[in-house]
Amino acid sequence: MRRKMLTAPLAAVAALAMLAACSTDDSLDDPATSESAEDPAGEEPAEGGEDEGEEPAEDGSSDDWFDQAVYDTQYEQRTATFEGDPNAPHLQYIDGPMTDTSEFASEGAKKVCFSNASISNPWRQTGWITMNEQLKVLQESGVISEMETRDAQDDDNTQIADIDYFINEGNCDAFVISPSSTAALTPAVERACDTGLPVVVFDRGVETDCATTFIHPIGGFAWGIDTAEFLVDNLEEGDKVVALRILPGVDVLEHRWAAAEKIFSENGIEAVDYFTGADPTEIKKIISDELAKGDVQGVWMDAGDGAVAAIEAFEDAGVDYPVMTGEDEMSFLRKWEETGLTGLAPVYSNFQWRTPLLAVEKIFAGEEIPTEWVLPQTPITEAERADFLAANEGMPDGHYAKFGGEDLPGYPQVWQERVIP
Amino acid sequence: MSTATTTPTRRRAPVTSTGIVFIVLALTIVAGAILTAMAGRNFFSPGNISAILTGTSILGFIAIGQTLVILAGSLDLSVPYVTSLTSLVAGVIMAGQTSNIVLGVVVALGVSALIGLANGLVVTLLDVHGFIATLGMGLILAGYLATNYKGSAGSAPRDFRLIGATNIGPVPVSTLIMLGCAVLVILLLRRTRIGHHLYAVGGNREVARMSGLHTTTPVVMAHVLCSVLAGMAGLLLLARLSVGSPTIGAQGGYDLMSIAAVVLGGTVLAGGKGNILGTLGGVAIFAVMDNVMGVMEVNPFLKDVVRGVVIIAAVAVYARRTAGRPPRFGRQSLGDAALQEAR
Amino acid sequence: MSTGTTTVDRAPGLLAERQGSPLQRLARTLGTPGGAVFILCGVLLAAVVAANPNFGEPGSLIRFIGRTAPIAIAAMGQYFVIVSGEFDLSMGSVVTMQVVISGNLIGQDESRILPVMLLMVALGILVGLVNGLATTLLRVPSFIVTLGTMLALSGLVLYLTGGAATGNPVDSFRQIGRGGIRDVPVVDIIPYPAIILVALAVGAVLLMRRPYGRTLIAAGDNPEATHLAGAPVWWVKTRAFILSSLAATVAGIILVGYAGVHPSVGRGYEFTAITAVVLGGVVLGGGRGWVLSAAAGAFALELLFTLLNFLGVASTWRDTVQGVIIILAVAAAGKAWRAGLRPRRRDPATTAQSPGSPAGATTPHTPGSPAGETTGPTPPVQGTTTGEN
Repeated sequence: MRRKMLTAPLAAVAALAMLAACSTDDSLDDPATSESAEDPAGEEPAEGGEDEGEEPAEDGSSDDWFDQAVYDTQYEQRTATFEGDPNAPHLQYIDGPMTDTSEFASEGAKKVCFSNASISNPWRQTGWITMNEQLKVLQESGVISEMETRDAQDDDNTQIADIDYFINEGNCDAFVISPSSTAALTPAVERACDTGLPVVVFDRGVETDCATTFIHPIGGFAWGIDTAEFLVDNLEEGDKVVALRILPGVDVLEHRWAAAEKIFSENGIEAVDYFTGADPTEIKKIISDELAKGDVQGVWMDAGDGAVAAIEAFEDAGVDYPVMTGEDEMSFLRKWEETGLTGLAPVYSNFQWRTPLLAVEKIFAGEEIPTEWVLPQTPITEAERADFLAANEGMPDGHYAKFGGEDLPGYPQVWQERVIP
Repeated sequence: MSTATTTPTRRRAPVTSTGIVFIVLALTIVAGAILTAMAGRNFFSPGNISAILTGTSILGFIAIGQTLVILAGSLDLSVPYVTSLTSLVAGVIMAGQTSNIVLGVVVALGVSALIGLANGLVVTLLDVHGFIATLGMGLILAGYLATNYKGSAGSAPRDFRLIGATNIGPVPVSTLIMLGCAVLVILLLRRTRIGHHLYAVGGNREVARMSGLHTTTPVVMAHVLCSVLAGMAGLLLLARLSVGSPTIGAQGGYDLMSIAAVVLGGTVLAGGKGNILGTLGGVAIFAVMDNVMGVMEVNPFLKDVVRGVVIIAAVAVYARRTAGRPPRFGRQSLGDAALQEAR
Repeated sequence: MSTGTTTVDRAPGLLAERQGSPLQRLARTLGTPGGAVFILCGVLLAAVVAANPNFGEPGSLIRFIGRTAPIAIAAMGQYFVIVSGEFDLSMGSVVTMQVVISGNLIGQDESRILPVMLLMVALGILVGLVNGLATTLLRVPSFIVTLGTMLALSGLVLYLTGGAATGNPVDSFRQIGRGGIRDVPVVDIIPYPAIILVALAVGAVLLMRRPYGRTLIAAGDNPEATHLAGAPVWWVKTRAFILSSLAATVAGIILVGYAGVHPSVGRGYEFTAITAVVLGGVVLGGGRGWVLSAAAGAFALELLFTLLNFLGVASTWRDTVQGVIIILAVAAAGKAWRAGLRPRRRDPATTAQSPGSPAGATTPHTPGSPAGETTGPTPPVQGTTTGEN
């Protein structure tokens, strides 16, 4: 009896494994059933290299996010000259290879299919509101008939299914994709490219250059360089910095830390990093514990959520404010002004949410667009802070100062009331 | 399912629990078809059917395993992490080479089986509640994943990726594999002694023990199979994503959603009563619901509201139907327990 | 019947308490899982102080109690539900909801503090009522009901508030969670959350000593018998859910002061609270455990996190350490309930009630077994609590 008990599960496991193998063979024997477009691109994924700022250099770079070449590129791009009108930063770009879109030139309003990773944080929510206001403008001018959106709620698997759904059922004229993660979404984006329709990728990248354009601010290394250099300039050697990070394993965030950590160690700054999940309760506890251990001279954040809690932890402990980098989130800008601490607000340009739909407009007009559309990414300094606070008066705390929608029709009520479509 | 609903039973309830599940599923499909049509789409188009079935496969694997564990009177909250871990282990071993597929699959499923074994032993020998044992195991794995895998790793070779990208007609191969697993597990529950013992132990461990059953083995087996099935889900995710991901399991929220699907499928959370067919119905209800909400472009925050309300409402309907039945432990024999899969 | 038995059982328990010297009584209590958590707290505290002597200063300790108050309060709320044999997974969402409501509705207007707080309490009661009635009258398992309310509540709050982006409420309201009585000798400041915690702990202990508390434990231990004894099990359990939601409301009010408004405040609180309760030796499935042990479990958990911080353990490994400790603690507690307590009693009912089988709650077995008694509040341990904290 006992023997039977043990063999039953084993047999089941073996059978499951067998079944998996058989089905694979079936599909190989029957290629007609698998649309060739659905093949996850037999060729190796394009290596990251310099042209793909937002991703690790090779597949499976599990232990090290730092990439000297990308670091150097982004270091330069911070001071590069941007083409276009500085008053419309969402249309500026660094001079580079252009994609000829004349094949897509056509009349009439087009349907855009937008696969969104999520709207699960204030940064994405702000951008999503801006994008919808931009959509209204383009709908009125007859460029876009409608935008169908599928939100993957931060699940790679769901987003892959969303993109496949658009390919099969969407009747789309163009795809806009904001990938939830870099490597995992690559095959799905390639399938979208294989349809021959224009594909616009923005925010996080993918490991293929098949997209018509890839829109993103300079990148995570630039963020890390701006912030770490600021802290190094304002601190002494041997000072301690607490680094508050949201999550491990997200490339845009890991690059910020990879660059900052390198600069800190090169300049003799002691840095300890923590994962907080952006939860202000965690942040406050961590800072309190660090202050109980000893003095903390600097705070570095890979995103500004919860910056206020970090500052309040210093207040409650009754010690001097740290030198600090947050983000262009209103809560941090307001608290920064109120406390007068030495700080910097790095920016992961939220106005990039306008660019994809404007890129679609250019594509259907047949205008050439940058193959990799690198948007400006300039931190807000203490000198500029008052201007941004004034320009964003009445906005909620979770709003981002460089949202770039001041000339859109819903401004400012839509952002103030924060109506999420 | 119509047979299930019309089969006369000895009990008062004219419709079996699985019958109700499939009635709810049918209603969901009808409502979904109408709403989809109102959005100007065809619910029954091959592309949409394929999308819905794809949506069932991953949660399906995990929910089948979760059903086993719940039937045995335990729970498994570690499944998302097992899923992530297997996707990484297999992806790293395969490293893009077709020749490594078998090795990758075997090692990945072996690792998940070991995790399941550990869960099962902690639950049975140390007598730790399944909720805590697997919550703890999930945390242990989460720490391991975060420390050792900073982002995606590994690579699935093309042949392996075909599992995730191939359709036979509108039916994805992944769904067929999931259904194959379901058939095997149903056979295990209905045709093997250990399957019957699983019901008995889950229904009342003490009575089962005093009836001379070895109460440890079925529970351990349920945990091992649950982890292996979570591992299968991880392999399928590897095929779909082409890389292993340390967060893919947590992204799907498979721990709580699988439990919800199991209960939605009519299985009693306290154990001993329920079946796989109902679970598949529960998974399908979720998949149809998600598909329709996607077509209707429902605000993602509201999607969660709908999910929450549907979970409570559907289970309430089911619970009301069965509330009038005789008490579970009143006069249950082993034979009764074995018959439950059939009902 | 069961209630009766519990009361009867209480008599020998009381006698046992009175046997031997106070030291012996203390030792006996600490031998139970509900008591052992206080030892665990003491050990962890010693380790934390060893790792960082600054932490041992009265000022630091009282602040630590203040910041642990919300999770300890949540754990006490969760205790009522767990001891009655149910789960409350909606707790984290209730915390988030209350945090966001206070941020959005109070804003910078002090005159709104009172009405909004009343609204928050009303909403807390409503959520508890829905959870409780769906569990008891609709007979949906509480795990599922509260999973549903968890999804629905957090989704609704985020939808209505556009991602909960509006700013912090007025500072005077936040003082509840952030401020304290200043210029106190020795400790410098007594945080309000610490005071609230002590008040609620005393209230909870008194409540558990009243007939309601006994019926609650009986309902978790053996609902059938409790029902037969004439106690309205549905209403007893529903009130437990209301208490849990109210505890989450209080935790939310404190957290909005301590940390501020953010949609991630409260995330995962349900699992932390359940973990704390279980660390406190309270048995999942109901019928056993002491409310202060649940609070002590929260302190043990927070001390553990603090220790890991001070030891400089890589932040990615912390989950793993937590996982190992939970499993070991519960395994040890389970052994203690069965073996350590009554070496001579070997009736099968004891094993039937083992933590391994949630169904055990409904198994017919000796109601009000002696184990339930040792969980009753005993003065020596109360003394220890204050001493350790």
